[in-house]
Amino acid sequence: MAKAKSGPLARRPDNSAFKQQRLPAWSPMLTANTVLPFFYFMAVICLLLGIWLLLTVQSVQEIRMDYTDSGACAHCHDLRKNVSNAALICTCKLYFHVDRPLKGDVFFYYGLQNFHQNLRRYMDSRDDAQMVGRKTNLKKPSSYCKPFATNDKGLPIAPCGAVANSIFNDSFKFQYLGSGSSDEPVPLWRKGISWYTDKNIKYRNPQMDNLSLAEVFHGTAPPPYWHRPVYELQTHDAINNGFINEDLIVWMREAAFPNFKKLYGILQRTNKPFESGLPKGNYSVEITYNFPVQYFRGRKQVVLTTLNWFGGPNKFLPIAYLITSCLVLLAAIGLTVVCKE
Amino acid sequence: MLELERKLRANDREYNLSFKYATNAIKTSKYNFFTFLPLNLFEQRFSYACFLHQVIPEISSLSWFTTVVPLALVLSVTAAKDATDDINRHRSDNQVNNRKVQVLIDGKLRSEKWMDVQVGDIIKLENNQFVTVSARSWSRSRSTTHRPHFGQTFPLLLLSETNLKVRQALPVTGDLGDDVSKLAGFNGEVLCEAPNNRLDRFAGTLAYAGQKYALDNEKILLRGCTLRNTEWCFGLVLFGGPETKLMQNCGKSAFKRTSVDRLMNVLVLCIFGFLALMCTILAIGNYCWELGEGSAFTLFLPRQNGHDAAFSSFLTFWSYVIILNTVVPISLYVSVEFIRLGNSFYIDWDRKMYHSRSDTPAEARTTTLNEELGQIKYVFSDKTGTLTQNIMTFNKCSINGKTYGEETGPAERKQHTETVDFSFNPLADPRFTFHDHALVEAVKLEIPEVHAFFRLLALCHTVMAEEKKEGQLSYQAQSPDEGALVTAARNFGFVFRSRTPDSVSVVEMGRQCTYKLLDILDFNNVRKRMSVIVRSPEGKLSLFCKGADTIIYERLHRSCAKLMDVTTEHLNEFAGEGLRTLALAYKDLDEDFFLGWQRRHHEASVAPHQREAKLEQLYEEIESDLLLLGATAIEDKLQDGVPQTIEQLSKADIKIWVLTGDKQETAENIGYSCNLLSEEMNDVFVIGGNSPDDVRQELRNARGSMKPGAAEDCAFLPARILGKSAQAIADEAVNGDFGLVINGHSLAHALDRSMEQDFLRTACMCKAVICCRVTPLQKAQVVQLVKTYKRAVTLAIGDGANDVSMIKVAHIGVGISGQEGTQAVLSSDYSFAQFRFLQRLLLVHGRWSYLRMCKFLRYFFYKNFTFTFVHFWYAFFCGFSAQTVYDELFITLYNLVYTALPVLGMSLFDQDVNDAWSFQHPQLYVPGQLNLYFSKMAFFKCALHSCYSSLVLFFIPYAAVGQAARADGRDVADYQSFAVLTQTCLLFAVTLQLGLEMSYWTAVNGLFVVGSLVMYFAVTFTMYSNGLFLVLPSAFPFIGTARNTLSQPNIWLTIGLTSILCILPVVSYRFLLAWMGLSISPTVLERGTGRRLSSCVVDVDFLPRRRFIVLRLREPTTERASGGGGGTRSKLKPHEASPGLGLPG
Repeated sequence: MAKAKSGPLARRPDNSAFKQQRLPAWSPMLTANTVLPFFYFMAVICLLLGIWLLLTVQSVQEIRMDYTDSGACAHCHDLRKNVSNAALICTCKLYFHVDRPLKGDVFFYYGLQNFHQNLRRYMDSRDDAQMVGRKTNLKKPSSYCKPFATNDKGLPIAPCGAVANSIFNDSFKFQYLGSGSSDEPVPLWRKGISWYTDKNIKYRNPQMDNLSLAEVFHGTAPPPYWHRPVYELQTHDAINNGFINEDLIVWMREAAFPNFKKLYGILQRTNKPFESGLPKGNYSVEITYNFPVQYFRGRKQVVLTTLNWFGGPNKFLPIAYLITSCLVLLAAIGLTVVCKE
Repeated sequence: MLELERKLRANDREYNLSFKYATNAIKTSKYNFFTFLPLNLFEQRFSYACFLHQVIPEISSLSWFTTVVPLALVLSVTAAKDATDDINRHRSDNQVNNRKVQVLIDGKLRSEKWMDVQVGDIIKLENNQFVTVSARSWSRSRSTTHRPHFGQTFPLLLLSETNLKVRQALPVTGDLGDDVSKLAGFNGEVLCEAPNNRLDRFAGTLAYAGQKYALDNEKILLRGCTLRNTEWCFGLVLFGGPETKLMQNCGKSAFKRTSVDRLMNVLVLCIFGFLALMCTILAIGNYCWELGEGSAFTLFLPRQNGHDAAFSSFLTFWSYVIILNTVVPISLYVSVEFIRLGNSFYIDWDRKMYHSRSDTPAEARTTTLNEELGQIKYVFSDKTGTLTQNIMTFNKCSINGKTYGEETGPAERKQHTETVDFSFNPLADPRFTFHDHALVEAVKLEIPEVHAFFRLLALCHTVMAEEKKEGQLSYQAQSPDEGALVTAARNFGFVFRSRTPDSVSVVEMGRQCTYKLLDILDFNNVRKRMSVIVRSPEGKLSLFCKGADTIIYERLHRSCAKLMDVTTEHLNEFAGEGLRTLALAYKDLDEDFFLGWQRRHHEASVAPHQREAKLEQLYEEIESDLLLLGATAIEDKLQDGVPQTIEQLSKADIKIWVLTGDKQETAENIGYSCNLLSEEMNDVFVIGGNSPDDVRQELRNARGSMKPGAAEDCAFLPARILGKSAQAIADEAVNGDFGLVINGHSLAHALDRSMEQDFLRTACMCKAVICCRVTPLQKAQVVQLVKTYKRAVTLAIGDGANDVSMIKVAHIGVGISGQEGTQAVLSSDYSFAQFRFLQRLLLVHGRWSYLRMCKFLRYFFYKNFTFTFVHFWYAFFCGFSAQTVYDELFITLYNLVYTALPVLGMSLFDQDVNDAWSFQHPQLYVPGQLNLYFSKMAFFKCALHSCYSSLVLFFIPYAAVGQAARADGRDVADYQSFAVLTQTCLLFAVTLQLGLEMSYWTAVNGLFVVGSLVMYFAVTFTMYSNGLFLVLPSAFPFIGTARNTLSQPNIWLTIGLTSILCILPVVSYRFLLAWMGLSISPTVLERGTGRRLSSCVVDVDFLPRRRFIVLRLREPTTERASGGGGGTRSKLKPHEASPGLGLPG
C-alpha cells in the first residue's frame, strides 16, 4: 500500500481484485451433467481395471506349505521347544508335488505368521548407523539396541538390537526329485533378493583398510541367538557377508504386519530343466530347523510363487476394484433415477 | 490497601506524592522487552504437557522433533502476532503519554508531557483541547464573545456527544482568573471520592481559606472531553492516568469470544475425552496382548527392566496419548487466528465499505470475531448519528392553518424546485435551503402570524450564538433540533444574535431589537415544552411556548379550536413523513398578572418543600389559554440507504431494536421512515406505563393479542451442556408482524428482575422494537438481557459515547465513525462511516467469514481425525505397541507443510456465492444464525466421515499389499513401504476432500493444492535420499523407500482405489444436495435445473427440519410449490423481486 498517498481519497483501499475479493475463480459444480457421466466413466474404468487385474492375478501360481510341525518336521518342532537344545542341529524334509509347471521366474519365500516385527520397541531396537559401517557405532551401539547392545562381557554386539538378534535362521535345500529318484538340487539365486538401496547404501560393512572382515569386527560379539558371527554369514562370498549379507538385509526390513513372507531365493534358470521355470514333478525341501516359533504360536511356511508385473497372487485389489465398480455403478444408477423423477 | 478517599493539596507535589497516587502515564501494553518471552510463553501454555512427556524415553513413541517442530512454529507465530500487537499498543501509549500540556510549576506555566502530570498539579487547558486528566475546573477565561458575568459557566463538549455539558467553576476559584501568581499561591485541599468509573457523579469538598466548598459533577472535567466555548481553563488534577474515569471505564473491557470459540472449547474438551477413551481402549488392548502374545514374544524382545503387562499398558496409554494427540492439533488455534486476521483485512480493504466523503474506510478493530458477524440475530442500534445523520433541517411548517414547504419527497425535491433565495437577508446562513417561495413572500408581506411565528423561533430557545466576525454567526445548541429552528428563523429574517442572562438580541427584518428576557420555563421530559417570557422593545409582555403538539393542544385557548383542527391535520401529515414536529403558541400577558406570578414564582423557587410541584403548578398556570401559531416540521435526515439496509437485514431474519435517547414520537417517526415499522404491520404496541403493574399488564396484553392463548410461563430451551448462564428462552412464533415501542420509564420497570422475561418474550415476538428515552446503562441492560436469555448473537451499533456501554456488552460492537468523536469507535470491534455498510459487513463479510471458518473447522477436524484414526486401526495389528503408521517426518510435516496451505487458501478465498447474490437473497444469512454449518452435530458427522475414511485408508492398503510382493520378488509389504503407501493415500484423500469442499478455485488455491502435493513428493524424496541418510543414518531410516515403493504399479492402484472410495460417498451426497435444490449457488441452480435464472423466479426456502436453505427455480407464472418444513417460524417469504443478479437498491 502506498502510504504516501494524500488528498481527499487518501485512505481509499486499493481496487485490486485480491483486496476486493474478486479474484477470477473457477467454481466447480456437481451437476447432473458432470457427475453422472463421471460416475459411469469411473464405473467402467474400475470394471475394466478389475477384470484386467483379475486375469493378471489368475496367471500367478503359488504353492504354500506350512512346515511348522508337519510330518518330518514335527520332531524338530518338539526339539526346539526346549531352549537348552538350541545348539543341536535338526533337519527335516518336506516333500511336495507340482501339478502344473511354474512358468517364468519362480520365487522362494519363507513365511512367518504371528511374528510381530512391527512392535515399536522391536523396530526401534536397531542401529542404522552401525549397519552403515560407522566404526564408532560398531563399538558403541545405540542405546536403542538394549538389551542387545552389549553381551554379558560388555562387548558390543554387531549387529546390535532385537531385530538382528531374532533373524530367521532356518535354511533350505531345495531339490527336484524329477521323474525318477535322482535328486537334483534346484539352484536358487541367493543374491539380488533385497532392495538395491538397502544393499548398496543402507547397509555397508565397516571400512576394511586392508584388514579382513573378521579383523574389522574384532572386539564385537555376535548377537546372542546367532550361531555364527556376522562376518561368517557367507564366508565364500565377500560381497554377501557381514552387514551386507542379503538374508540379514531382508530380515532387517521389518514387515508391516505379523503375517509376512520374505524372499529366500530366486530360481536360477540357466540350466535344464529349469530354463522355463519349475517343471512339474516331485520336489523336496530340506530344512535346517532352527527358528523356534512355538513360543509365540507362530507358523512357518515355504512359499513358491511366480510373479508378474502386478506382483503376487493377491486377489484383493482386483476384487476390490470390481466391487468399487459395482458401487459406483449403483450410485450412478441411483442418482440417475433420482434425477429423472 | 484499597483507597477509600482521596486527599490532595494543590501545588504541593511532595504532599501529594506521599499518597502514591497513580501518575498520568497510561500503559495498555502487556509486555516489555524483557518480560515478553517468559510472559508470552506462559500465556501460551497449551501443549506443554505433550512437549514435556516427550522427554520420558519409555513413552516417547515419536522422536522429539515431531512434536517440538510444530510446537516451536506455533509458539513463534503466536508470539510474533502478540509482539506486533503489543508494539502497536506501546506506540499508541507513547503517543498519548507524550502529548504536551501546560502545567503550573514553581509559579510558571511550563509545557510538560502528559505522563509527567501529577495529581495536585494545576494545568491550563485551551479551547478544543483534550482534557488530559480528571481535573477540577478552576477558573475560566473571560472570553471576548460573551459578557463577563455570563462567564461563570462554560459549556464543554463531551467527546463524541452532541450535547454540550455545562461546567462551572466555584466562584471562589473563579475569581483567581488567569493570574498565574495567584494560582501558584493557591493551596486549597481537596477531599474526594476514590477513583471509580461512574461518569455521571462525583462527590468531594474543597477546603480553602478556612471555608469548605462542595464539589460535584458540574465542577469536574473528565479525561477525554474537549473544551469548547472558552479560550482557556485552569484545573486541578484529581486523578491521573489509569485512575481517571475514562480509563476506569474502558480499561477492563471484557475479552470477547465468538460462539465458535466457545463451541470449539467444548469440542476440544470432548476430543480430549475421546482421546482418553481411545488411549484407554488401546492400553487395555495392550494389557491383553502383553499377557498373551507379548509374554510369548519376550524371547525376542525382553521386557524392559522387568516391566509387567500392567505397567507396560500404562506406558502404552501415554505413548498413545502422544501419537493420537493430533486429534487436538496445536496448529488449530493458530490457523483460526490467522484466518480471522485475513478476513479482517478484507473488511479493511473493502472499497464498498469506504466512505469517500469522510475518507473513512471500514476498520476491523478486533480481528478475532469475524465469523460471529455471520451469525447475528439481534442488532441493537442507536438512532441519532447511526440511523440518521444527526443533521436537522427545517423542512416544513404550518402557520396559521397554511402549510409551507414542498410536498414532494426529499429525493425529488432537489431536482424539481430551486431553492429559495435568501439574499435579501445579509445574515442568512448560506447552508440553509428551503424550497417554498411562498413562505418568503409571506414574510416579506409582513403577515403578522408569520412574523410572530419566526419571532417565537428566534426567542424561545437556549441556543448560544457566537459571532466571530461581524455577520458571521454560529450557533451552539444543546440539541440539533433547536439549532435548526433558530437557523430557520435566522434565514427568514429573524436573526438571533446574542443573549445575556436577561436579554436576547434579535435582528428582525434588518431591524436590531433587544427583548428583555424575564423568565425561561425550561424544557424537561415531563413538561415536553419550553416557554420564554419576554418584554418586547415596545414594552409588550408575551409568553412564547413551543412543545409537543399534544401538550400544547391541552393548553390552547378555546378560540383556536378551528385552527387546531387544520393544524392537527398538518401535523399528522408531517409525522407521517417521519418529520419531528413541534407546535408553537404564544400569549400576551397582563402586566399585573405577570408581576403577581413572578412574585409567587420567586417564592416557590426558594421554597424548602415541594419546590418542584409548586413550580410545576405555576408553570401550568401561566402556560394556559395559549394562542396557536402553527407547527414546525424538522427532518432528521436518515443516512443514505438506511431503509434498504433495514429491509435487507430483516429479510435476513435479523431483528433490529432501536435504542434511542429520543422521545417516543421522534423515535416512532424514524421507525416508520426507515422501514422498521410499517403501516402494514398488524399492530404496533406502545408500552408507556408508569408503574410496574401497568407495564406488566401492557406487556401481557400485547402478547395476548399477538398470540392468543400464549402460555403464561416461558418455554425454556433445554439447558446447554456446560452451560453456566440462565436458561435460554425459546423463540415463539406469531402470525403477522408486530412492532413494540417502549419508553424509558416503562423500560426501567420492564428491566426489573421480576419482569425482564415477560418483556423479553413480548419483545422477541415483535419484528421491530423501539426503546425511547433510554439511558446508556439501560442500553447495555437491554443488550445484556437478550444475551442472557437468548442463545443468539447480538450486535450493537452506535456512534456516541452513550453507546459505548452497549457496544461493549454486545457480542459485537460496531462504531460509526461519523462527525462525532471517536469514543464509540475506540471501544468498538468494527467501525465504518455509514449505517448502510452494516449490511455488507453482515451479509457479505460476515457470511463469508462464518462459512470459511466453518468449512475450515470441519475440514481441519476431518483431516486430523482421519490422520489419527489410522493409527488406532493399526494398533490392532502391531500389538498395541504404539507404533505409528506413518514416518515420523510425515507426522511432523503433515499439519505444517502438506496440508496447511490448501486449507488456509480455502478459508481465505472461498465464496459459495458472490456478494451480489448474498444481497439478492439475504435469507442465505439464516443458516449462520442457527449455527448450521458448524455445530456439535456437524462435528459428529465430521468424525464419522473421518472414521469411514480412516477405515478405507488403513484396510485397503493392508489388504492390498499386506501379502504382496514386487514384480522382482523383493519386499513391498514391509513397514516402511506400508507407511509411505498409507501416507500417500491419506494425502491424496484429504486433498481430494479439500477439492470437494472448495467452491471457489482461484489460481492461488490451485497453486496451494498442487503445490502441497508436489511439496510432499519433493520432501519425501529428499528426506529418503541417500545423501541425507549418509549424513544422519538414524534420523533418516526411510532411505530409498519412496523410490522403491512409489515405482510399483500396485501401490498406485491402491492409492487410486482409496481415493475413489473416499470421495465416492461425498460426491454422491453433495450431488444429491445440489440436485435437490439444496444448494445456494446460482450457477448450480442454473445448471442443475437446466433453466436460466433470468427466466425464472427464485424461491428461497428454509427447511428447519432438514436444516437446509433451499433455493428453487420456478416459472414466473406457475404457482409456488408448497415448500416443506411445516410452516414454522423460519419459513421465509419468497423473494418477490424481479429475477436477475443486480444489486438491490
